[in-house]
This record gives sequence, C-alpha cells and structure tokens, in this order.
Amino acid sequence: MNAIGLIFSNIHDYVVPELTRRRAIASIPFGGRYRMIDFELSNMVNSDITKVGVITNYNYQSLMDHIGTGKDWDLARRSGGIKLLPPFVSAYDSAKSESLNTARLELLKGAVNFIERSKEEYVVMTDCDRVCTMDYQKLVDKHIESRADITIVTHRKKVTEEGIGKEILIDADMLGRIEDISEHTAADDGYHNVSMNIFVMKRLYLLNIIRDAIAHGLKSFYHDIIAKNLMHSEYYIYNFDGYLATVNSLPSFFAANMDLLKPETRAELFEVPYHPVYTKVRSSAPTKYRAGATVSNSLIADGCVIEGTVENSIIFRGVTVAKGAVIKNSIIMQDSIISKDVTLNCVIADKNSVIREGRNLSGHETLPFFIDKGAII
Amino acid sequence: MNQKRKECVAMLLAGGQGSRLYALTKSTAKPAVTFGGKYRIIDFPLSNCINSGIDTVGVLTQYQPLVLNDYVGNGLPWDLDRTYGGVKILPPYQGQKKADWYKGTANAIYQNLAFINQYDPEYVVILSGDHIYRMDYAAMLRYHKKKDAACTIAVLEVPLKEASRFGILTTHDDGQIYKFTEKPKEPDSTKASMGIYIFNKKALEQYLIADEADENSSNDFGKNIIPTMLAAGERMFAYPFEGYWKDVGTIDSLWEANMDLLGEDPEFSMNDETKGKIYSRSSVSPPQFVGNGAVISNSIITEGCKIDGTVINSVLSHGVTVEAGAVVKDSVIMANTYIGKDVKVDYSILDENITIGNGATIGESKDTAKGIAVIGNGINVDAGATVEAGAMIQD
Repeated sequence: MNAIGLIFSNIHDYVVPELTRRRAIASIPFGGRYRMIDFELSNMVNSDITKVGVITNYNYQSLMDHIGTGKDWDLARRSGGIKLLPPFVSAYDSAKSESLNTARLELLKGAVNFIERSKEEYVVMTDCDRVCTMDYQKLVDKHIESRADITIVTHRKKVTEEGIGKEILIDADMLGRIEDISEHTAADDGYHNVSMNIFVMKRLYLLNIIRDAIAHGLKSFYHDIIAKNLMHSEYYIYNFDGYLATVNSLPSFFAANMDLLKPETRAELFEVPYHPVYTKVRSSAPTKYRAGATVSNSLIADGCVIEGTVENSIIFRGVTVAKGAVIKNSIIMQDSIISKDVTLNCVIADKNSVIREGRNLSGHETLPFFIDKGAII
Repeated sequence: MNQKRKECVAMLLAGGQGSRLYALTKSTAKPAVTFGGKYRIIDFPLSNCINSGIDTVGVLTQYQPLVLNDYVGNGLPWDLDRTYGGVKILPPYQGQKKADWYKGTANAIYQNLAFINQYDPEYVVILSGDHIYRMDYAAMLRYHKKKDAACTIAVLEVPLKEASRFGILTTHDDGQIYKFTEKPKEPDSTKASMGIYIFNKKALEQYLIADEADENSSNDFGKNIIPTMLAAGERMFAYPFEGYWKDVGTIDSLWEANMDLLGEDPEFSMNDETKGKIYSRSSVSPPQFVGNGAVISNSIITEGCKIDGTVINSVLSHGVTVEAGAVVKDSVIMANTYIGKDVKVDYSILDENITIGNGATIGESKDTAKGIAVIGNGINVDAGATVEAGAMIQD
C-alpha cells in the first residue's frame, strides 16, 4: 500500500500505571501470547503497510526486545520494514508534559526525519491502547474517496465515566465531516463518536502540520490543529463498528482479556480470513495437561504445564499450575509459577511472578488484585 | 573465498520416502511428518545442529519435497538464516554430463561435494531426518578429534534380541570399530548404529569418489562406505550415545514416540529446555481455547486448538477442534483437523486437515484393537461413519 505506518507506543502509558511501570503500553502482555502492539502491527502488515515507524518515548527496552528485527511480523525488510524511533533529543524538550493531548505533537517532531525520508503518499497513524482487527486498505480508500485532509477513525458507543479525561469525542454531520471535537468531560453521556486515535492523511500534509507546530509552538494535535482548522479543512470520521477493546485502566485491561473467552470476540480478532495476528515467536513446547488437570472456559498459551484447576482465565506462555491450585477469573502472565494449593480469583499476575504454596489471593473484576512483575508472594 | 571457513558442515539426508508410514507420507517426505504437537521430525536434527554450534546444514531432499521445502524455508525458526552458511535445501540436479536422482545416501552426498567444499570444512556430520532425539553433536565431534578418527559413528546400546534390526558395530575396548554388520542374524554386539556419522572431510571425499566409480556399489553409507573404510584399515570409532532416541519410521513407532511425551515422568520431554530447546516453525495461531465442558487429562495440546470435548492421553497439533461430546483417547491428531460432536477417536493417528463428521467412530480401544487406525491428509469422514481399528484410509 502507498502508505507508511506510525505507531505511538507510549501515549497512553499513564492510564495503566501498574502495567507500564517497566514498559510502554505497546508492550503490555495481552491475550495469552500477545503484546498490545501486535494487534496494531498485524493490522498494518495485513493491510500491506510494510514500512512502520514505532515512536517511543521512554521505557522502551521491553518493546525493543519484543520487536527485535521485526521478522516475526515479516517486517525485517531491506526496504522499509520496522523502525524504532526513540526521542530525537534536540527536537524533544517536554518530557515532563506528557498528557494525552500534548504528547502526540511533541513526539511527532522527533519523527520528522523518518516521515520526510519516506516516499509513500499517505500516513496511517495509530496508538497502542486498543485491540481490534481493522483493514487499513479500506480506511485509506475511504479517505481518498472522501477527499478528506484528515480522516479520524471513531467508534460509536455509550460513553462511561471511565473515559473522562481519556477520550476525545467527535461530532460529525451526515456525511462524516467533523463539526466539533472535544474532550470527554463529566457532562457527557449517551452515545458519542469516540476517537480511536487512528488518523489517515497525506504524508506531506502531516509534515506541514509538524512544521507549523514547531514554528508556532503548537502543543495539542486535537486542540491546536484539528479543532482550530475545522472550518476551512476537510476532516472526516471513519466509523469502525467491529470488535474494539480499549485499555484505559486496569479493570478495562482485565475486561478486555476476559472478553477473549467469548467465541464472538475470538472470531473477530483471531479468525478473520487472511488476517493472522503475529507476535514474537518463542518456540515454547506445547502445553502439557497432566492427569488431574481441570480446565474450563480458558485461553491457554503454549509452554504451560497444568496440573491444577483453571477456570475463566487467561494463561500466558510458560506458566506452571501445580496440583491443587485453583485459578479463577484471572490473568497469569508469562513464566509465572502458581504453586500447590494456591487459590486465585480476579488476579492479574504480571510476568515471572511466583505464588508460593497455599496462598489465597482475591480481587474483584472492578479492582483486580495486581501482582507486580517478578514478585514473590 | 573471503569468508571464514566452517570447521564442520552438517548434511541432513531428508529424501526418504518413509513408505512404512503409508498414508502419512503419501504427499509428504518423512522428515516433514508432524510430531509432538508442534514439531516435524526434521526439527530435531536441525535444532540439535544449532544447539551444537553447527550453523551450516545442507538438507538433501528428493521425495515429495514441497511441504519440507516450505517448512525449512530460509531456516529462520532454527536461527539458520545466515548470510554465510545457514540451512540450504539441496535437491537432485542436472549436471552438464548427466542428471541423476540420488541413487543412495552416499551418492546424495557425493553429488553435493561442491556444496561441502564451498565452506572448506575439516569435518562433515551426516544426519538423517528419521529420528526423535536430543544430541550434542559438538561432544561427538570432540570425541572424534580426541580419537583422531577418520570416521566416528554414534551408537546406542540396544537389547540383544532387537539387535538384528540394526547395523551392529563391534568394537575394541577403546571404542575402535573392527566389525560392522548390517542387520546381523546372530549379533555379537549390542552397539547399534544411529545413522549419525562424523567424517574427516578429506577421507569422506576420497571414499565417495571411489564408491561412485564402483558400478556394483549401491552407494549407501551402511552397505558400502563404512565397510570399505573398515576394510581399508581406517581409524573408525563408536561414539556411545545415552538418552532417548527413537526411529519413527513406522505407524507404531510414531505413535509410541508421541506417547513417550506423556505421563508423570515422560521418557522424552519437550518442556525441559535445559537440555536444549527444540525449535519449530510457528503456526501463527491464537492460544488454545478450552471450553466449559472440556475434560483434558495427560495430554499435549498446542496453539489454535479449540477443545470442548474430552481429550485423554493424546497429542494434538495446532488448530485442532474437538467439539462437545467428542472423546479423543490414546491418539495423535495433526494440524487443523476437525473432530465433530460426539465423535469417538480411540487409538488412532489422524493426519492434517481431516474432517470427522458428527457421531463418527474412529478406531477402538487400545486394549482390544488389532492396530492403530490411520487417516491420511485431507480426508472427510462422514457423520456417523465407522473407521475400524487398524484401518488405513487415504485418497
């Protein structure tokens, strides 16, 4: 496709501080064997976008480790492929003000060179705070057809308190032309077009925005660019009505994972023809169920050894569940060890955590009990 | 040659038809047969190579190479995608004077001497794509060097009553071989050749050229090269291997080897990565989903499976569906096979892409069955149909 991809890996970090203490939101583990960015990268690769810049800010070691050369997404290319774009220090001077609406432009300033040196006509720009399967070819086609300057992908939904201060609401006319744009405040309720922070525009148009922002000290992509130019520019929405999970808090992360236990969610994410979801290959052995294992309604990745009971849970690669352990409604990340006779309910155990024999931990779906990476309990 | 030479190059004989696997090798070479859920037989020698520090591997193919070529590809899963060296597929080719299929194992290597010589190696390891095992070829190479041998053959102790199925080596106390008999009627040793050889490249080249010139030779390592070298008084040693090693050349042995992965204390474990990881090409599937009514016991299941039924003592490859009410027992189910509602699968091997209609019965209990039921790639079994124990179903 005649487009480059730009992925912001950090923008929403602050919404799930538990999981982003040591990593970018892009590399939060999700769904048994994935990281959040896998869904974005797969969308791009499956839509034939094969030149992708990943804009990073801080905490990006785990992301670099995950992406490697990009070969697991078929993005290790002589021409194009994946490029990590860490902050470009001289152009980047506001690490302190990383709120949602100012970070985007600042980060783009650091990616100017990458954007400038590309030859593709269009840019698809996305974040990593959501999980969905989308065909960007259709999106770009629609963008071209509508002759928009910028197309913003939205999802129509009933807004809840959870999104206050985190979501951008967009009003559009019948044809999709954007009429107003605002932050989600406590005054909003009912159905709205919520921005998915996916943007399509011509590459040169984006470059002009960035140069203008540098020249005039503009800070916010939404407020200083989109909102200011609504009257004399053609900004359109593209409504996405497929399955969408947004991760903007620990409970929403928990819920998005639990959603995978529904067959219709798995069908929309994993069973779309010619749309595999790629991730880093780990070459784990298949999962072994020993005699005595009882597993139901759960998503289990490879490399696990299961001897206990697992119900309504997501078990990542390489997890051990010992005899007598009972895991319910929980998310157990990579290589964690759940010892004998442990009972877990509504727990999120980050990578490499060890739960010693007989422990009994419980949270609630609105406030899952979180166990930090590598913690021993 | 500007790049540095390779001390040791491996040649993997992967052209075998594996005719005793019948339906399973109808359209696939034996080394590409599925094993242990997410592996193919060739993953074992390839992973052993990379784990032993051998990064140059020629894979000699001949019979039905499509799946195998596609699977090996550029060698990425085994870290064998190298700028110099790496894994290379070597099919038979047409030369200026003549074009030949590989006439035998020795001839296959002979025809690819040019490949070996590109890397100017000191040693050549000859491997086959028929066995399930973990082995450190580097340790064997150290032994070979220490013994100052021209050829070292890896050997396994086998029970005396089974020895007549193998090539048997008789050695002095220091391991030097003085006698080699292919499938002896009355074996005088229990050291069975594993078909793994390390040669000094110079000696190998010399004997291969001589063997090729001999019109009466069947161009086989076991039948010709090894006996000839012994007769010529070359220093040949037996390298004792200890550990799990299984020839999976028959339906029964393939089934057994899969079952060896199961149990409390399995004979061979893939999960034990301290002994060297076995790599395989990823299927890019989501994690397995285990439904509400599922019962799984003592089984190995991998990515992309959907289990709503019962799975006991079985090994399932990626993308297998077991619908509610179905019971899979003592069986090996290969990739993307669909098992409908209330199906009974017992003591069977089902190849890839099979559809078993609702209520069908495949095989019968291991205790009473006269053999393993085998269904070949892509077969549809109608709802309610019965496939008898020991049956072999293929196109």
